[in-house]
Amino acid sequence: MYEGAIQDLIDELGRLPGVGPKSAQRIAFHILSADPTDVKRLAVALQRVKEQVRFCTTCFNVAEAEQCRICRDPRRHDDVLCVVEEPKDVVAVERTGEFRGRYHVLGGAINPLEGIGPDHLKIRELMARLADGSVKELILATDPNTEGEATATYLALLVKPMGLAVTRLASGLPVGGDLEYADEITLGRAFEGRRAI
Amino acid sequence: MAQAGTVTRSPAGPVGAGWHNRRVNGWRAKLYRDDAVVLRGQKLGESDRIITLFTRRHGRIRAVAKGVRRTTSKFGARLEPFGHVDVQVAEGRSLHSVSQVEAIDLYGKRFIDDYPRYTTASAIAETAERLTPIEEEPALRLFLLTLGALRVLAEGLHTSSLVLDSYLLRAMALAGWAPALEECAVCGTEGQHRAFSVPAGGCVCQDCRPPGAAHPSPATLQLMAALATGDWPVADSSEAGPRREAAGLVAAHLQWHLERGLRSLPLVDRSSPKTSPTRGADENQRSTDGDLA
Ligand SMILES: [Zn+2]
Ligand SMILES: [Zn+2]
Repeated sequence: MYEGAIQDLIDELGRLPGVGPKSAQRIAFHILSADPTDVKRLAVALQRVKEQVRFCTTCFNVAEAEQCRICRDPRRHDDVLCVVEEPKDVVAVERTGEFRGRYHVLGGAINPLEGIGPDHLKIRELMARLADGSVKELILATDPNTEGEATATYLALLVKPMGLAVTRLASGLPVGGDLEYADEITLGRAFEGRRAI
Repeated sequence: MAQAGTVTRSPAGPVGAGWHNRRVNGWRAKLYRDDAVVLRGQKLGESDRIITLFTRRHGRIRAVAKGVRRTTSKFGARLEPFGHVDVQVAEGRSLHSVSQVEAIDLYGKRFIDDYPRYTTASAIAETAERLTPIEEEPALRLFLLTLGALRVLAEGLHTSSLVLDSYLLRAMALAGWAPALEECAVCGTEGQHRAFSVPAGGCVCQDCRPPGAAHPSPATLQLMAALATGDWPVADSSEAGPRREAAGLVAAHLQWHLERGLRSLPLVDRSSPKTSPTRGADENQRSTDGDLA
């Protein structure tokens, strides 16, 4: 245990996800020995993120204005909507450079064990966006785990009466791995999603 | 940790075999192997998950699966919820970790494209977790019941809501608070009684009936008795009305005995599979209200 300010900082850092007590101590002492202007910049960034970043009123991605940059971009296609769980998934899909449509961020996945049902996610808002019929394809890009798959199943059933094309990201073998190490679900999916070459 | 050097990896063997609770210099061996149902996984740090496992011989345990969220993880989908797996667990001072896992039957894959079954499996898993409040306390009968319920749910031979209510009734019986169905909960007089009171402990006769007791239909009580004993021909031929009413009474009985309610139970979709999702919560609520009043 240290005294006063340094211990307070260690305690605060230790509450961050993925930061253990040892890391918290290391970061705290790094900050203590760092250049004051660098530390100031970090402090300002921390403050700004809470003051200025909010959620896009259309897609619920993080935004610095009423709408996020993607929703404001006139070059994006309006007829394809990609549904993801978290804002970080938007970043992941954007990094591929493969997608030119727009997004909808659910804010998580349906997880009854955690008490999260459809009403806790931005599903009603998604349905409202689909109501005018301008979206022709809905891409369900929820996580490829049990909760993400079940959420995609729920959404697919829900939008079925609307008659738009609903697609799910292909799941298959991780590039760079050996076939023999693939579990039966992953390998089974890869078989289902095989394509002609 | 200190005695990590003395670890001998348990050899692969038949399912459920290879239980290594050897004592080495007074210390419990660091690795053991067991078969288990995956009840749930919770994100930890960058790429790990804490997996709650209901094991056959060691009761409910929590163990870290390192790197399981990476797409290249050696665990793959084997530690996803509701699977029956063969695991090797390394004991740690504060938290155990999963060192190896082999699939026996990954039931979860049968639930992810069927929303009612997914929510039902969630309620089964949460019930199993809540009825095993102490970690590492063996609960073989509840383990077998839970495994059996998930298997039946995966086979899809019976409506998922019936599988759930049968599981809940039998799990409550193992916990020692099954509702009385064939005798009066108060005086023990045998026979089919018309009134049902959750606080009294189930069916009650005319003389013992407390104020506020519910009066479910005879078909509902017949269904509950069938579900409690696993009489599937009777349960499968039941009508929608008694099913709804029985589900409400089972839920009310369960909530009465648990300190806090199950989070997943109101989210269970009791509609039949492959139809539009509906809200199971509303239905549950309606039939329990009268009884809890
Ligand atoms: Zn937006
Ligand atoms: Zn009586």
